[in-house]
Amino acid sequence: MKRYLPFIIVAAVGLLTLGSGIVLYRAKRPPTLTASTGRSEGRQTDNSSMHIRGHADAPVTLEEFGDFQCPPCGVLAGPIKQLETEYDPHLRVIFHHFPLITHQHAREAACAAEAAGLQGRFWEMHDLLYREQAVWSKAADARQLFNSFAGTLKLNVDRFKKDMESDEVKARVAADQEHGVSLGVQNTPTIFLNNRALEPTSLNPGNIRAAVDAAVKAKPST
Amino acid sequence: MSAHLEGRIQQLSVSRARSILYILAALVSLAGLADATYLTVLYLTGETALCGGSPDCFKVLGSGYAHIGRIPVAGFGVIGYFGVFSLATFAGFGYAGARRLFVWLIWAMFAVTLWFLFVQAVLLHAFCRYCLLSAAVVFLLTGLVVAGLSSD
Repeated sequence: MKRYLPFIIVAAVGLLTLGSGIVLYRAKRPPTLTASTGRSEGRQTDNSSMHIRGHADAPVTLEEFGDFQCPPCGVLAGPIKQLETEYDPHLRVIFHHFPLITHQHAREAACAAEAAGLQGRFWEMHDLLYREQAVWSKAADARQLFNSFAGTLKLNVDRFKKDMESDEVKARVAADQEHGVSLGVQNTPTIFLNNRALEPTSLNPGNIRAAVDAAVKAKPST
Repeated sequence: MSAHLEGRIQQLSVSRARSILYILAALVSLAGLADATYLTVLYLTGETALCGGSPDCFKVLGSGYAHIGRIPVAGFGVIGYFGVFSLATFAGFGYAGARRLFVWLIWAMFAVTLWFLFVQAVLLHAFCRYCLLSAAVVFLLTGLVVAGLSSD
């Protein structure tokens, strides 16, 4: 029996590793996101509440479901902005809120961006929140920092504070999140390029650039 | 007690100590195996983008150094750690060939670990905690080899 014992131990550990890997993979595997063909049209009705950066008629659309407190979203924010600039007028970027419950200040940050948006400065606040993510995400009272960001952006701070508390702002954030859930979004960042979800494994600046480049070449603007 | 008997007893106690070190090496390699398996699954499901909420982790595991073609480096880690576990087990049961291979594999993994630490520190300026855990496991295994498993 002792002769076979090492073989049995090694085989058992091998099978255990394989089995636990499969179980973990099944538990973590994201659902395949397929945007319905009518999705964009459906969103046209509330275009005013959508945050679009770039040419409105751009042939390529990059839609991000993001969370301002999510570090990878912060890492991608700069490169995505850079892409929008480089590929203008061929690319437009749409941002949707998807604040994760695990991030303490994410929902507040989303409301801050929406409140800034009501004064026409959504993208400025979006960029500032990502740039200063490391600071406010660790703060006990992030709200104070958001107010100071509003001041930095020369917003009407009193109005900003009121808007952050308003039902309208909260409803916009909630609507974005519901929209994401309806598409099967679970994590952030989730990125759609022309209504097709990019593989989560490809979410790094280089791969996103390559995907955008291919999409722009495939759909030259008329 | 005759000198022959004393020598035999000493030989047996050295052999017993080595067996314990091999068992220890096998147990330590299981930690590396679990870590590498987890990272491989993260890569396959795309969760490297989440990476426990750490931007450094994302920078490392989302970088071009984290995969060779479409195969994650962590997948090679799974093979490496499983190899270490298997060889340590066989060596512990007295297979002499496994002992030699075990030492070579550990030194190879040590060299690869140094490369990845260099990549993280110098090229990426970011450290992934799972990769550091793996490095710690390899250092521990190397320590065991240096401590007495290489002189078989």
